[in-house]
Amino acid sequence: MSARPIFGKGLFQGLIVTWRNLTSRSVTRHYPDVKPELPPRSRGVIALQEENCTSCMLCARECPAWCITINSHKETIPPEIEGGRERSQNVLDQFDIDFSLCMYCSICIEVCPFDALHWSPEFEYAETDIADLTHDKDRLREWLWTVPQPQALDPHAEKAKELIAVEKLFQRSDDAPGGGA
Amino acid sequence: MPDIVDVVLRCLVVLGAFLILPLVVGQMEHKTMAHMQSRVGPMYAGGFHGWAQLIADGVKFIQKEDIVPAAADRTVFKLAPAVALVPYLVAMVAIPLAPGIVGQDLDSGLFFVLAAMSVTVLGLLMGGLASANKYSLLGGMRVAAQLMSYELPFVLSAASVAMAAGTLSLTGIVEAWQPWWLLWQLPGAVVFFVAGLAELQRPPFDMPLADSELVMGPLTEYGGMRFAMFLLAEYAGIVVLAALTTVLFLGGWHGPFGDQFGLLWSLLKIGFVSFLVIWARVAYPRLREDQLNAFAWKALVPIALAQLALTTVVAVMIA
Repeated sequence: MSARPIFGKGLFQGLIVTWRNLTSRSVTRHYPDVKPELPPRSRGVIALQEENCTSCMLCARECPAWCITINSHKETIPPEIEGGRERSQNVLDQFDIDFSLCMYCSICIEVCPFDALHWSPEFEYAETDIADLTHDKDRLREWLWTVPQPQALDPHAEKAKELIAVEKLFQRSDDAPGGGA
Repeated sequence: MPDIVDVVLRCLVVLGAFLILPLVVGQMEHKTMAHMQSRVGPMYAGGFHGWAQLIADGVKFIQKEDIVPAAADRTVFKLAPAVALVPYLVAMVAIPLAPGIVGQDLDSGLFFVLAAMSVTVLGLLMGGLASANKYSLLGGMRVAAQLMSYELPFVLSAASVAMAAGTLSLTGIVEAWQPWWLLWQLPGAVVFFVAGLAELQRPPFDMPLADSELVMGPLTEYGGMRFAMFLLAEYAGIVVLAALTTVLFLGGWHGPFGDQFGLLWSLLKIGFVSFLVIWARVAYPRLREDQLNAFAWKALVPIALAQLALTTVVAVMIA
């Protein structure tokens, strides 16, 4: 025999639930008055570190939304020593990201071999005209200053790959005969 | 001459209470309902926690166009909001808040207030029938059905108190009131409060307005100031119901700490009952139309009749 539900239990529970809500703090975020606390690695906007960019076009080609436009020209650098070879370097003319197309997938940032692109947590760049959502390299550079420090590693975590590589290099030069002097 | 000054002054005070108390209750509903749903409600209007929200709403309503549907019965349609609102003003005149603080102390005050409160429903009925809209019409029919069902337990439970006090005068009822009446008249108080909610078409008894079924019931075609008057009537109705419950069942201005706090006790009790009205709205879902009528006839009317019998027996025993 199943237990019969107690008459009026639901009515009582309705009162209890609403009373608990009334006496505890509301969950509303007062956004324009209080800035939100964003999680680390928030994808707000893409920042560009221009001097790291080699105009390799990997990001533009990998972008699923085709929202990155890159134009560059070649400049030659005169040889540093007498009789050396001239070197050539790509210089960015244009680096536009159309944020009306961008879907914040982060592929461009992960594919960049030289860490020229970074996520910034800034998100307040709404515009009244959709055309104004295309931002050029100067605007993307401004956001670079808002990119947070990389997250600290967990305690007892393995050291960063780069650090391990550098330490190995030093160890080798220590072990080498006559080295470390 | 001083008589006229006295009358005018009393009328002005009642009018002031009529304009202010519903807004206070409305603001309380905004904030209480919000917090019961873990929100914060209006926060900007007026600067401090949105205290001027209803004033802002009123300003908005005034600016709106006054629309009357082409097929509507124009006179009845335009008259309906006034018919819904004014009876509460009339009812408020006769409700005492403290000894001497009453618009007009009537010998048959209870009868007068109950009669006035019932007229309000006619306003909604008129709006529903005159709108030339099927949702309004259905809503109006539901208003009528609800009135038929709930007027009876409402009046029966009020009659129980009148019998206990031996008078129809509201002032007389409060003066005859004893604290142990709280227990004696408890079933009657519950029936009176629930039937009052249904009279006001407040959730969970808002089938006539049921927005998921009838758009807005009798109010569907209304906009601007006329709609605002219906809303104001709803909140004025809460105030009148709370005041009447206070006077009949909670002992009006009686309370600890001497008589000089009489008015304060009355207002506190009215605020508390209004809070219960709002709480019921937030906590409970709407009843179905057939459940509503079954509830009135199978639960409220028998309880009210039993209360009446109990009151009679006890009244005869102590007499």
